[in-house]
Amino acid sequence: LEILSFSHPEPSLYTVKAVLILDNDGDRLYAKYYDDTYPTVKEQKAFEKNIFNKTHRTDSEIALLEGLTVVYKSNIDLFFYVIGSSHENELMLMAVLNCLFDSLSQMLRKNVERRALLENMEGLFLAVDEIVDGGVILESDPQQVVHRVALRGDDVPLTEQTVTQVLQSAKEQIKWSLLR
Amino acid sequence: MIKKFDKKDEESGSGSNPFQHLEKSAVLQEARIFNETPINPRRCLHILTKIIYLLNQGEHFGTTEATEAFFAMTRLFQSNDQTLRRMCYLTIKEMANISEDVIIVTSSLTKDMTGKEDVYRGPAIRALCRITDTTMLQAIERYMKQAIVDKVPSVSSSALVSSLHMVKMSYDVVKRWVNEAQEAASSDNIMVQYHALGLLYHLRKNDRLAVTKMLNKFTKSGLKSPFAYCMLIRIASKLLDETEGGHDSPLFDFIESCLRNKNEMVVYEAASAIVHMPNCTARELAPAVSVLQLFCSSPKAALRYAAVRTLNKVAMKHPSAVTACNLDLENLITDSNRSIATLAITTLLKTGSESSVDRLMKQISSFVSEISDEFKVVVVQAISALCQKYPRKHSVMMNFLSNMLRDDGGFEYKRAIVDCIISIIEENPESKETGLAHLCEFIEDCEHTVLATKILHLLGKEGPRTPQPSKYIRFIFNRVVLESEAVRAAAVSALAKFGAQNDDLLPSVLVLMQRCMMDSDDEVRDRATFYMNVLQQKQKALNAAYIFNGLSVSIPGLEKSLHQYTLEPSEKPFDMKTVPLATTPITEQKTEIAPVATSKLPEKLAPSRQDIYQEQLASIPEFQGLGPLFKSSEPVQLTEAETEYVVRCVKHTFARHMVFQFDCTNTLNDQLLQKVIVQMEPSEAYEVIHYIPAASLPYSQPGSCYTLVRLPDDDPTAVSCTFSCTMKYLVRDCDPNTGEPDDDGYDDEYVLEDLEVTVADHIQKVLKPNFGAAWEEVGDEFEKEETFALASVRTLDEAVGNIISFLGMQPCERSDKVPENKNSHVLFLAGVFRGGHDVLVRARLALADGVTMQVTVRSSEETVVDVILASVG
Repeated sequence: LEILSFSHPEPSLYTVKAVLILDNDGDRLYAKYYDDTYPTVKEQKAFEKNIFNKTHRTDSEIALLEGLTVVYKSNIDLFFYVIGSSHENELMLMAVLNCLFDSLSQMLRKNVERRALLENMEGLFLAVDEIVDGGVILESDPQQVVHRVALRGDDVPLTEQTVTQVLQSAKEQIKWSLLR
Repeated sequence: MIKKFDKKDEESGSGSNPFQHLEKSAVLQEARIFNETPINPRRCLHILTKIIYLLNQGEHFGTTEATEAFFAMTRLFQSNDQTLRRMCYLTIKEMANISEDVIIVTSSLTKDMTGKEDVYRGPAIRALCRITDTTMLQAIERYMKQAIVDKVPSVSSSALVSSLHMVKMSYDVVKRWVNEAQEAASSDNIMVQYHALGLLYHLRKNDRLAVTKMLNKFTKSGLKSPFAYCMLIRIASKLLDETEGGHDSPLFDFIESCLRNKNEMVVYEAASAIVHMPNCTARELAPAVSVLQLFCSSPKAALRYAAVRTLNKVAMKHPSAVTACNLDLENLITDSNRSIATLAITTLLKTGSESSVDRLMKQISSFVSEISDEFKVVVVQAISALCQKYPRKHSVMMNFLSNMLRDDGGFEYKRAIVDCIISIIEENPESKETGLAHLCEFIEDCEHTVLATKILHLLGKEGPRTPQPSKYIRFIFNRVVLESEAVRAAAVSALAKFGAQNDDLLPSVLVLMQRCMMDSDDEVRDRATFYMNVLQQKQKALNAAYIFNGLSVSIPGLEKSLHQYTLEPSEKPFDMKTVPLATTPITEQKTEIAPVATSKLPEKLAPSRQDIYQEQLASIPEFQGLGPLFKSSEPVQLTEAETEYVVRCVKHTFARHMVFQFDCTNTLNDQLLQKVIVQMEPSEAYEVIHYIPAASLPYSQPGSCYTLVRLPDDDPTAVSCTFSCTMKYLVRDCDPNTGEPDDDGYDDEYVLEDLEVTVADHIQKVLKPNFGAAWEEVGDEFEKEETFALASVRTLDEAVGNIISFLGMQPCERSDKVPENKNSHVLFLAGVFRGGHDVLVRARLALADGVTMQVTVRSSEETVVDVILASVG
């Protein structure tokens, strides 16, 4: 049993076992596993399901599941998880979680919710890539991460989604002008 | 309902997922526009995002389609759109393992990593190293060295971390970058500092001296990065552990000084390192405990969790060191994070007084169903420890455990509960019946074969000796009807024990056995037939030998002996006495849960220490024909610590001989020893017949030499003997640096401490699960009794300990535990004397002025009885 019988692990930079973002239903929006703890997609999804079931009702920030330390945070309809070994310094994992959340919060202009995230998936991919590399914490300062991701604020690429959004708001305006 | 939801979705637009119904084939089709000129960055970016999204969802890409998409993507390097380029790097990394020929992007990436755009350089290095193999690494080595010392932190960090990833693959190349890493370590940037330290340690970790130097340097110069501090603390505590450095070492001072760091992460890392050091005294723990105490009231859940989890660990060994935190822990037992609450309560259970137990148990039962299995096991362990501390509380605990047993939970959790109940039963005879009843109820609906068989075994052992054995029969027989083969077989064995112990149950047991003989499984049928036939004889001796007390031989040894027997056809029946005995009692005492659980240990039959010795000795020609190895002693030190030569002896006993194995280590780096023997001078009629030298003993490489001794045939009672020992050898001086020895050598000798052979060396421990039955089986033909006064012994515990270690026999029926506040006690010991004779000892002890002891010995051989009594006197 891992929980209380930790001998000292080999000193190493490899800190993070996985970074996950799940939605309201516990479905995967983003998942990056950095070692072979869960080698197959099937095992990963089972783990994600277990994690979600154990955490989505409580807002308690940290848990021990399947012998791993899980730190987490939820916002509106998103659940952020950072997972490490049960020997790991919990505050290091928290530093990663906070950095991820704060970086996204800046990039999404405080609008950390599912829809905004899905419209900026490339931003998310790049941000995680700047925070953790192969399990090593690469950067923990959200300012640096946002700077390096360098999504140019003004010409955020207009995806198909934003086009429909524009149409939607145009429709809305016409509706209001007719009603007036 | 669903409709309503959809409508709302449409209105607000939330809940829609632009990636939801992505088809891999459609996306790959779209990827064709990568080839269009001019490149449309916005659309291409969106398609790359879709591809990465699909990969991220676990979608499988075949090699051909992946390679095709990858090659199309390479064209996008022509665009100068920043985000698009960055997404190309990501695609390269994601596809590195699924696409073929990814190395074609090497030159594009090399260009980016050395180019002017800082935003590209770091990620380009990471992508490049992801696709580089050892041969290509040489080609980019120059760039990597430059990148490591680059003044842009993201470039330097990327190069350092990528180097670390490549150490596994190309250690020799990366090792050449150690000077650059060293330079990076003095960077002002905290992440660069951290990554450089990590890489340096990884390259040097096998060179203790280099690690020590590195630690000295960084602990003195100080670091800016809290991450680097944590790493440094880990390295320091590992080094302390390996060098068994005392707590007056500068490394310990460094770790302790980190308790005053201004970053909580570092403070916690230091506290945790101190707590996990072996042999920390309460005084050394105190500063660590007080920072953890402060963390207990932190607003951050993660910090409270970390603190209380670490305090829980302290409480296992040093409950008194944690008592000061009781008030803070009390505040945590209602924490909304149930993990924190559980850890707080279980810590309090270890540190609190007996009077608080009921209250804490009540609190914990209010939320035990909400916590994860891992923590439920922690709760069970706390209860188990508590039962040992406050035996009077066992009824409260038993009640609680039985409720937990009824709840849902996985195997580890259930096993912890069962183990805990079993240990309570064994510690407290008065709780036996309640405990057995709970376990009976549990196996009525138990999906875990291992637990069911374990409980059936326990029922067979304990059930027949309760006032009402008949009530267990129903539970056991239900198993025969309802369960899998392994459980049915265990149930049959348990039934047999009831039949053997209780005459009035025998007829019904025989009827049940008869039914089991029709079972569909052959193991079950075989057991039933065997027990049926033994039981029908109605002989106590047979019951004892074949039903209660089973085999006491080593299983690997039995396998080997039987194999040997089949190789040499013989008229003689196979003799069980030629099989070495099992050295570790297999069944009893295993149920105690150590506070630090070891449940991950495989329960397979690994060869025991003695099996290994047997193997080693059998390979030496001089020892052929000694018969099976009977017993190997624990090693005896024959030198003081820290002398020139370190020698310890293991005594191997055979039927008529003893082999003394001397494990010698030469600690002088300027000497090579050759032809090493240990000369032995016996005090009694023991005859040294052979010396087998260790051919050579180079510096710090242990070697063994042996001395073979014949035991006196004419006087079987001469079981003890003292040997004076001298190590003799040829010395060749040698160069300490190269180990090159001189051509000439000279003889020398070294006097060792005396070696004692005692009665315990002639007796092998054997566990008799049912001592009474074994006592009857051996019978009183050679029974002898004598009374002794042990004047110098003050307590019964002490007397029991002395007798056990003196005779080297196995205590049975847990009689090695003396109940509290008793003036008399009976100790049961079992063993086998050299030559294969069972020997049993019953020692009645009474405490008055000193201890009076009445010893009764039984054996199948008269001389053995005499030997035991003679050596006790």
